[in-house]
Amino acid sequence: MDKLLSLTFIGLSRGAVYSAFALALVLIWRAARIVNFAQGAMAVATAYAAYSVTKATDSYWLGFVAALVGGLVLGALVERGVMRFVDHSAPLNNVIVALGVVLVITAIVGMIYGNQFLPFEGPFDQRPLMVGGTGLLSPYDLFVLGTVLLIVVLLALLFTRTPVGLRMRASAFAPEVSRLLGVNVAGMLTLGWALAAAVGAVGGMLVIPTELGLHPHAMDLVFVSAFTAAVVGGLDSPVGAVIGGIFVGLVLTYSTGYIASDITPVAILVLLLVVLLVRPGGLFSTTAARHV
Amino acid sequence: MSAILEINGVTAGYGAAPVLQDVSISVPTGTICAVLGANGAGKTTLLRTLSGLLKPTAGQVVFDGQDLREVKVEHLIRLGLAHVPEGRGVVTELTVDENLRLGGLWRKDRADARRALDEVYQLFEPLQRRRSSAGHQLSGGERQMLALGRALVARPKVLLLDEPSLGLAPRVTAQIMALLRQLRDDTGLTVLLVEQNVRSALSVADEGVVMSLGRVVVSTSAEQLRGDDELRHAYLGF
Repeated sequence: MDKLLSLTFIGLSRGAVYSAFALALVLIWRAARIVNFAQGAMAVATAYAAYSVTKATDSYWLGFVAALVGGLVLGALVERGVMRFVDHSAPLNNVIVALGVVLVITAIVGMIYGNQFLPFEGPFDQRPLMVGGTGLLSPYDLFVLGTVLLIVVLLALLFTRTPVGLRMRASAFAPEVSRLLGVNVAGMLTLGWALAAAVGAVGGMLVIPTELGLHPHAMDLVFVSAFTAAVVGGLDSPVGAVIGGIFVGLVLTYSTGYIASDITPVAILVLLLVVLLVRPGGLFSTTAARHV
Repeated sequence: MSAILEINGVTAGYGAAPVLQDVSISVPTGTICAVLGANGAGKTTLLRTLSGLLKPTAGQVVFDGQDLREVKVEHLIRLGLAHVPEGRGVVTELTVDENLRLGGLWRKDRADARRALDEVYQLFEPLQRRRSSAGHQLSGGERQMLALGRALVARPKVLLLDEPSLGLAPRVTAQIMALLRQLRDDTGLTVLLVEQNVRSALSVADEGVVMSLGRVVVSTSAEQLRGDDELRHAYLGF
């Protein structure tokens, strides 16, 4: 029972990061109908920026801000500089170009920082707090959960309560009509990419300290998990992404806890396969409503 | 009467073959001008060219003294040109209120945008009752009201309306046409009305333009079109 409780808390914390990352995927999917396969690499690039800033200033938080700002800028650059020029008539075009972005980013950070693991510490203790002999959440887990909750709330407020959120949603659903109503649709698309990349950057900042360290491929497996989470929740649904992230986090933690510790990569792929076979539209997809 | 919208020798289309060929129409200020014609006559293409969604390969469109070739699509609404596209263009994922607010987001003056929204709610009582409903929950008539209302939030000088009667019951179509007449009389709104429903369009129109295969074949007063049997038989089929 103690083990179950302990694993559940770890799973929640891990799942929260997948939620954030899945949310970033959903943001771009809704805005541009593109699955951003470069998101993991983009998050890695911003984490390297954070690493440099933290090293130079000795402040984790300045590094965190650098990652956030770096995410906004990188997201906008990738959209304005690359994705905008892709012929969107075949979905595969976007995928291939995004994979090209992955190769470029990975190569560049590898050239600058090398291909070894760099130490990447979180701001809080990662040892779980003991309650009645059971290890529950660590201060760092609380930081992760709090940050992701904040992101979710801020995004929800942005999209439902602000004029720019209304513009972004309208541009995504009906670009031509939105233009006729005076909305700068191209600008909203850039903003969507920037926001998504910033959310992805935060996801990277949260997850990398819990792994082996910073590496050009540090986010590869996280990306696959988050992609699975987004598909579980339905690529169209932000709420689905959050729930899907928690679900994937729990499934992976239980399977590593109860079956074998090195089963994670296999478990992710099995889960993805099952979801794609059983419910390719996702559990919370609103696709049906979109075609009315 | 001066013309608020001048279409001068416009040729436009998709790919190599032009859909519109040398189209010239002059729409006097404060009138309803009906553009009639069969399927494929180029009516929708005409409206898309007017609002800049399609660039003309020749000719020019002058709106309120300004050459629209120099204006971005996103800026037309600020100048006072509103386009309600075919199929009504309601964003079905958004609520009625969000759709309407979208029509006034370009305004810098928030209080004025609020007032414009309230005016539209007064004009369309049913929308007021359904303001939190999603677009996809509305009936065809309500959607048309919403699309029209959303354009009116901009308080446009000219309204481009693409087939507002499409899929609507005759009673609802009559209501829409009556509303257009009321707007013209009360606010001096100019309407370019593209319709296949010739009878209802001519019931409110001041001017009538008949298009066939991308060209203007008749341009005259609506009264003359209503009264001239020969003209009606030849071009409008009734």
